[in-house]
Amino acid sequence: MDKLLPVANGCMLPRKEIPVLDFTLFRDELLAFAENGGYIVQFFAFTENTRLKALAVLRKDTNLYAVSCLLPDEYQALTAENSKFHLFEREIAEQYGVRPLNHPWLKPVRYHANQRGCQDIFGNDYKEDIPGNYDYFRVEGEQIHEVGVGPVHAGIIEPGHFRFQCIGEIVLHLEIQLGYQHRGVEKLLTSFPFKRLPIVVEGIAGDTAMANSISYAQAVEALSLCHDADTTARTLRTAALELERLACHVGDLGALSGDVAFNPPAAYYGRLRGEFLNLLVILSGNRFGRGLIRPGGVTMPLDEKNAALIVAKIQEVRPEIIQVADLLFTAHTVLSRFEACGRVDRDTAIALGLVGVAGRASGINYDARVDFPTEKSGDFAPCKHIRQKGGVYSRAWVRYEEILHSLDQVEKLVSAANLGKTITPNPVENLVPDAFVVTLNEAWRGELSHCVLTDAEGRIARYKIKDPSFHNWTGLAMALRNEQISDFPLNNKSFNLSYCGFDL
Amino acid sequence: MLKLIRTRINQGYRTSSYPKKDIQLHESYRGRPQINHNCDPELARRCATACPQDAIDPEKGLIDLGRCVFCGLCERLSEGKFISFSTNFELGVADPAQLLCDGNFPDLAAHSKQHFKRLFGRSLQLREVSAAGCNCCEADTNVLNTPFFDLSRFGIDFVASPRHADGLFVTGPVSRNMKTALLDTYDAIPSPKVVIATGSCALSGGPFRDSSEIVPLQDLLEVDLFIPGCPPHPLTILSAMLKFFKL
Repeated sequence: MDKLLPVANGCMLPRKEIPVLDFTLFRDELLAFAENGGYIVQFFAFTENTRLKALAVLRKDTNLYAVSCLLPDEYQALTAENSKFHLFEREIAEQYGVRPLNHPWLKPVRYHANQRGCQDIFGNDYKEDIPGNYDYFRVEGEQIHEVGVGPVHAGIIEPGHFRFQCIGEIVLHLEIQLGYQHRGVEKLLTSFPFKRLPIVVEGIAGDTAMANSISYAQAVEALSLCHDADTTARTLRTAALELERLACHVGDLGALSGDVAFNPPAAYYGRLRGEFLNLLVILSGNRFGRGLIRPGGVTMPLDEKNAALIVAKIQEVRPEIIQVADLLFTAHTVLSRFEACGRVDRDTAIALGLVGVAGRASGINYDARVDFPTEKSGDFAPCKHIRQKGGVYSRAWVRYEEILHSLDQVEKLVSAANLGKTITPNPVENLVPDAFVVTLNEAWRGELSHCVLTDAEGRIARYKIKDPSFHNWTGLAMALRNEQISDFPLNNKSFNLSYCGFDL
Repeated sequence: MLKLIRTRINQGYRTSSYPKKDIQLHESYRGRPQINHNCDPELARRCATACPQDAIDPEKGLIDLGRCVFCGLCERLSEGKFISFSTNFELGVADPAQLLCDGNFPDLAAHSKQHFKRLFGRSLQLREVSAAGCNCCEADTNVLNTPFFDLSRFGIDFVASPRHADGLFVTGPVSRNMKTALLDTYDAIPSPKVVIATGSCALSGGPFRDSSEIVPLQDLLEVDLFIPGCPPHPLTILSAMLKFFKL
C-alpha cells in the first residue's frame, strides 16, 4: 500500500508526483489491493513521449489512490487472477494494441482501430465492416440452442448484441457484446476545440448528462485553478443531478411494472417521470438539463418564482409516487415475478466490483455521494437500504428508497438555491500543464469517473471516462444464469445499463 | 383490487388535448430561435465565434437548426439582442434547405409531400433505429407512448419488425459500427417508405460531427422529414409527424 499515492476526489496533482512502478511491482500491488477489499476506479493506458504507460486509480473505504507504470507490449493478464480487471484489460488491449497473456477470454470491447496505429490484437482490419465478427462463447450439446438478439432493439432503445446459450427455457450463459454505439468520444475530447467539449460531454450518455457534466466541470475547475463554482451553483448542480436520478428511477419502476405486464403503474410512473423532466426544463431550459452545467458554475440562476414551482411540484408528486409504489409492491402478480429472480449474491457482486443500484441491491453499501462527496451531496444523511438480497425485487426497492431520499434532497436544495446569486461562468481557455485529476460522482446508475491528464502545453492529452455500466454489464450476465430466457427483459430493465456510456 | 381502483381514481384522466388546444411550455424552455437582423454585426460575429456547434452565419443572420443543440449560449452572450429562443416547439421541416433559417420557415403542413399523406395519413407504423444515439432522443420518442401524449390515438405506432413498418425513424449520428444494421433495417422495410431523421445527431452529426467513427445519415439515405433538437421535445416530434402526415 505504501507504493500507492493517496489522492483526493477532484483535486489537481502534478503528473510527476504519481509513482511510476516497475511493471511486475505494479501488477503485484494492484492484485493485492483488489484481493484485500479494494476496487478499481480507473485502469487505462496512455502514451507519454512515445512511451506507453498505464495508470490506475483505486479506492478502498473512503480513500483514493493513484499509481502508474511503464506498460510492456505483452504482460501476464491480471484478469487471470482477479475478475475486477477483465474489461479494463480488454479495453487497454483494444485501445493501445497491448497483449495481456493468459487472459481467460480476450475479445473486442468496441470494435475500433487502436490509437498507436500498431497491429490489431484481434487481427481485425477496421476498413472492413467488423461488428459481430467475433467467435462467440458457445455451449455445445444435443439439447443446447442459441438465441441471438440485436444489435437493433425491438423497442425504442439503444443497440447492443445479446447471445443466450440455453437448454430449453433455461439460460446457461448470456454473452453481452456491445460497441455499436462507439462514437470515439475520448478521442474527440482531446482533439476538439475547447468550446465544443461541454456539448460532447452532455452527449456521452444523454440520460446521465448531469452527472457527466458535473464530472467534467469539476475536472476542468481543478485544472484551471481560477474557476471555482459558487455555493448557489453547486446547490443547483446537485439539484439537477438528483432530478436526473428521480426521472430515471421513477421511469425504471414503471418499466419494470410494464415488463411483468402490470400496466397501471407503468402508465402512472411513465407520466410521473415526465414531471421531473419538466422540472429540469424550469432549471435549465432542456428536459435533460443540457446547457445548464459548465466549468465554473451554472448558466442559469433560479429565481424565487421558479424555485417555488419546483418545490410545489415535488410536494404534489411525492404522495402519488408513494401510492403507486404501494400498488406495485403489494400486487402478488408482481411479487411472484420480482422475488428471487435474477439474483446476484454479495460474493459475486464483490468479485465483479458492481457499483450503484445493482451493487447496493446485492449488499455492497457503496455510494460515491457518501464516501467521496462533491458539490452539496455530502450535506445529506445517506440513503438507507433494507432489501439487499441481490434480485430484481431488491434492485427495484433500492430505487424506490432512493426516489424518496432524492425527493427530500431536491426540496431542500431548491429552497436554499433561490436565496443566493450565481455568476455565469466564462469559458475556460487554459489548463495547468502536466497535471492529473480524477473525479468521482454518483450518477443514477452508480459511480461515474472522469480522469484527465494534461500535456506540457496545458492541452488535454488523455481523457478517460468510466461509466458505472462498465462494471455492471457483467452483473447482468451473471443474474441471467439459470433463469428463464423470458425473464431477460425484466432483468435487463432492473439493471437498466447504458450502451452509449459504455461504448463511448 | 380496491387499491387498483383507488389509484386509478386518484390518477385521473391525463391525456393532453393537443393538437385541438395549444400547449404553453415553461418560459425557460428553449424552442425555435428568432434572429434579430437589426442587431450590431459585431455582436453577431461574437456569437458565431463562440457557438460550440458553429451553427451561426453572422453575415446573413441565419442559424443552422441541423447543427444547433439549443444550448442557449448565443442568447446569453447577446442578451437576447441577436438570438432569442422562443417556447415555440414546432421545428420540423421537409426541405433540408429550410434548416438554415432566421427562425421563420413555411408551415410544415403546406410543404410536406402530399403522397405521404395519402399513403400514411390514417395509419403510420414506424421502425425506430438508434444509430449511436445518446438515449435522449430515444427516451423522448418513447415518452410519446405515455398517457399524456398517447401517440396511438393518432394512428401512429412504433413497431418491432421492419417488415411491419411504413418507414424508418432514425436517431443518433450513425456510428460506423451501426451503419450496416441501419441499412439492413431500411432494406427490410417494404416500399413505399418514409425516412424521418430526429435530433441534431441524425441531422448533422450533432456533438459528434467530424468524428472519424461516424458516417453522416445524409450520405446513406434520402431523408423526408427533419426534426431538429437536442433532443427534440416530444411535442416537437409529435407536431412534426402530425403536420407532415395528417394535416
